[in-house]
Amino acid sequence: MTDVRKTVDTKGMSCPMPVLMTAKGMKDLAVGEVMLVEATDAGSRSDIPAWATQTGNEIVESAGDGNVLKFYIRKK
Amino acid sequence: MPDNDPADIATNTTGSDLTGPQSMTIIAWSGDLDKLWPTLILSSTGAATGMNVTVFFTFWGLFPLVRDDVRITGYDAMTKALAGMNPPGMKKAKLSRMNMGGAGRWMMRKVAKKNNLLPPEDLLEICQDMGVNLWPCQMTMDLLGIKPEQMIGGLGTPVGAATALQSMSKSQINLFI
Repeated sequence: MTDVRKTVDTKGMSCPMPVLMTAKGMKDLAVGEVMLVEATDAGSRSDIPAWATQTGNEIVESAGDGNVLKFYIRKK
Repeated sequence: MPDNDPADIATNTTGSDLTGPQSMTIIAWSGDLDKLWPTLILSSTGAATGMNVTVFFTFWGLFPLVRDDVRITGYDAMTKALAGMNPPGMKKAKLSRMNMGGAGRWMMRKVAKKNNLLPPEDLLEICQDMGVNLWPCQMTMDLLGIKPEQMIGGLGTPVGAATALQSMSKSQINLFI
């Protein structure tokens, strides 16, 4: 796994906060760096990929660990 | 995995160009709490996605932009009576259905808090931080006697229908809520 530059914890938060915090967190990254987003909001399963597609960032890996969804997003 | 998995749909851009900055304009006509919520959720999410977002607040939609400490708006008996029946301020916004004299609103806010959904006043602040354009309708302000000094800060200059339409003509997403 690539180095994770930072982690954004949105566990327990509901829409739209996971996406808003992902967008905010991404601003601190340099191009090529990877950020981990953790979410428990079930809608994030499609929302985070939709956000990444829309903004042109890449989800390098996603995983569901129990109730926690994990997205590794590379800044493009 | 089912064919219509939303996670697949979200990333499937075949045949369409979904990436890149886009524009969204929402006409916020209703001042109801249960309509304000989706308006502000979509606005903040759009801004987080890199869209240029504009919300044009008109008719009943203008009342939630009045400061919560302003008890009544209007310039004569009729406009004051209207504001009396439809109290201005975001914290006083009613549910469109099952408001039950405020009990429904109270329950909805309670349930939202329990589920970590931010209240509309917080979402509005986030929208302002993210650069969402919040345009009050000048005509409604004149019609209902809502003065600029009675409204919350951080709003755009009041505009009219032509400016709203100009924004809509440049937007891929236009909503009337």
